[in-house]
Amino acid sequence: MMTGAQAMVKSLEKEGVSVVFGYPGATICPFYDALSQSGIRHILVRQEQNGGHAANGYARISGKPGVCIATSGPGATNLLTALATAYMDSIPLVAITGQVPTDLLGRDVFQEADITGCAEPFTKYSFLVKHADELPKVMKEAFCLASTGRPGPVLVDVPIDVQNQMIEFNYPDKAQIRGYKPTQKGHAVQVKRVASAITKSKRPLLCIGGGAFLSHAEENLRELAEGAGIPVVTTMMGLGVLPTAHPLNLGMLGTHGCRAANQALRQSDLLLIVGARVGDRAVSSGSLAPDVTIVHIDVDPAEIGKNLGTNIPLVGDAAKVTDQLAKLSPKADSGEWLAHLTGESRQKTCWNFDEATNTISPRALIELLSCSMDDDSIYVADVGQNQMWSARGVQLRRGRFLTSGGMGTMGYSIPAAIGAKLASPEKQVVAVCGDGSFQMQMMELATICQHGINIKIVVMNNRRLGLVREIQSQSYGNRQMAVDMAGSPDICRIAAAYGIPAMQIHSMAESKAAVEELLQSEGTALLECMVDPCENTGTEGAE
Amino acid sequence: MKHIISVLVENKAGVLSRISGLFARRGYNIDSLAVGVTEDKTISRMTIVVEGDDYIIEQVEKQLNKQVDVLKVKKLNSEESTRRELILIKVGVTAAQRGEVIDIVKVMGAKVVDISHTTLSVELCDRPERVDLMTELLNQYKVQEIVRTGTVALEKGPGTIGYGSKK
Repeated sequence: MMTGAQAMVKSLEKEGVSVVFGYPGATICPFYDALSQSGIRHILVRQEQNGGHAANGYARISGKPGVCIATSGPGATNLLTALATAYMDSIPLVAITGQVPTDLLGRDVFQEADITGCAEPFTKYSFLVKHADELPKVMKEAFCLASTGRPGPVLVDVPIDVQNQMIEFNYPDKAQIRGYKPTQKGHAVQVKRVASAITKSKRPLLCIGGGAFLSHAEENLRELAEGAGIPVVTTMMGLGVLPTAHPLNLGMLGTHGCRAANQALRQSDLLLIVGARVGDRAVSSGSLAPDVTIVHIDVDPAEIGKNLGTNIPLVGDAAKVTDQLAKLSPKADSGEWLAHLTGESRQKTCWNFDEATNTISPRALIELLSCSMDDDSIYVADVGQNQMWSARGVQLRRGRFLTSGGMGTMGYSIPAAIGAKLASPEKQVVAVCGDGSFQMQMMELATICQHGINIKIVVMNNRRLGLVREIQSQSYGNRQMAVDMAGSPDICRIAAAYGIPAMQIHSMAESKAAVEELLQSEGTALLECMVDPCENTGTEGAE
Repeated sequence: MKHIISVLVENKAGVLSRISGLFARRGYNIDSLAVGVTEDKTISRMTIVVEGDDYIIEQVEKQLNKQVDVLKVKKLNSEESTRRELILIKVGVTAAQRGEVIDIVKVMGAKVVDISHTTLSVELCDRPERVDLMTELLNQYKVQEIVRTGTVALEKGPGTIGYGSKK
């Protein structure tokens, strides 16, 4: 016999969980008490939302569901933004929340919030556990739902009395959920249709999204692109599927994408979308050729045809479907198209900048930074102008690029970097944010110190909410409202207060030495780059 | 256009809220929704009448299928299914009008289920169009209350919704 709380911890152990991110409170105390007797490492974050983001970064690098924990009421509601962020990017999370006792549910008692109700629109599924006997089955199902099919966050809400009930622990080997059977393999007939469409096409184009990483299809997709002669564009979530410098990689598409990618999109006669939602910032029917044939490969049937009419729908896991396709070895007649594309001005692999310049060119800095990082390092971008500079400037070889793509959640980068580092301690992890987003997450510097986590932080400081300022100058007659961040603290001194070494640079002339020093520093270090408030993102996509 | 969608769902707490929440946040218009337990006590059947074009209906079906608690979704064709709706109407009548209302009730195959000095309560279980007709006919009197169940529907012939094969 054991308590419900012990059963929850035991379930985590059975699922191979070695690290969890959380913030305790009264109603989750039995769980924390049980956790103290376990070998599972608990990372105490400084706000619940950051626990969710850390679990997100952990999940994306480890390939396993990230686990985050919060108490009832405000603890749970603080988690909501992290759940929504994970939901939009299909990141597997298991979120555990404490809840008020079952006999008080619905009476608006202290720290009661209907969290399963609140989280319903952006969780893949949620459980409100009313009897401890259900816990092992619920935990098994939560991990299964979070990590299979189209991954996503799953919430397990457990009233405190349920955590204290005694049960016999029997952990199921398999989750059996009769209403849940995600399609894995592609339909053979559809796979054949796709192969023959590739063979017939002259200007094929692969558009790859974050689903490629979720299904571990990177290698398969590279082989498909190379074997069939298909150039590649990626969404922001798909950055890094192919190395930035790969001859078939045309870069990121969309509003903030690069010209070569968007032009190829407009000219292509066969667009193969793989693991991408076709979000409004990426693809719209106006950005495509009128006679284009659209193939959409996705594990979630509901994504196919939702935002873009599809000629050949193919439901399945990207890795499995590309395996099936590879067996048919399709080959496009794309020689001319490839020659044409390489003739076009490609995204430059290294931005030229004048080392003597006395300002900072954000994109040059990002290129310098990412070129100086390890080949297999992890680059975590925040949201705002820094995200656009990062997405367009980052040079990826074998590394990963993590960001909040769908939700665009500010304050994502540092906690996500913490999670990524814990998932892969041997890898270099760099978080890049702006001064606005830094101030949404700077409390996590304490988490870094407390748990001895080694990440590098770059703050692009323009003393503004730059992206909003840019929108205001373009669309609101340059009337700048609520974008000046005057009153902000000295970021280097904030870092110093936590014992984190920090330096500030003002020009590209200082950049090389500073980036080197940052990356070679022993533990966590911070580099603050003072950026001209008038710098724009320089969108090419609309041209 | 109106479409009838039959949905088999897990018979447990929170499912109705998940389904209605899905319709609300994705902007699908529910005309009516009726729900009740099936021959299998662990399964409930929802009959949802939705207004929408082909694109909307395809999205509704896909989003419903995506729900973990949904076991089967089937679009029913109006012509090929038996559709029923129950209505209860309380009509205020004078002594002179009582006979007229009872005549309408007889012609429509409805029933008077309650009577008072000033009212008649009428029950009709019929196709939704007939239920509409009934309300229209009684609207010329002083209708005091109407309650309708929403449409339920069953395929004609031997075919069933069959939930063994959720797609």
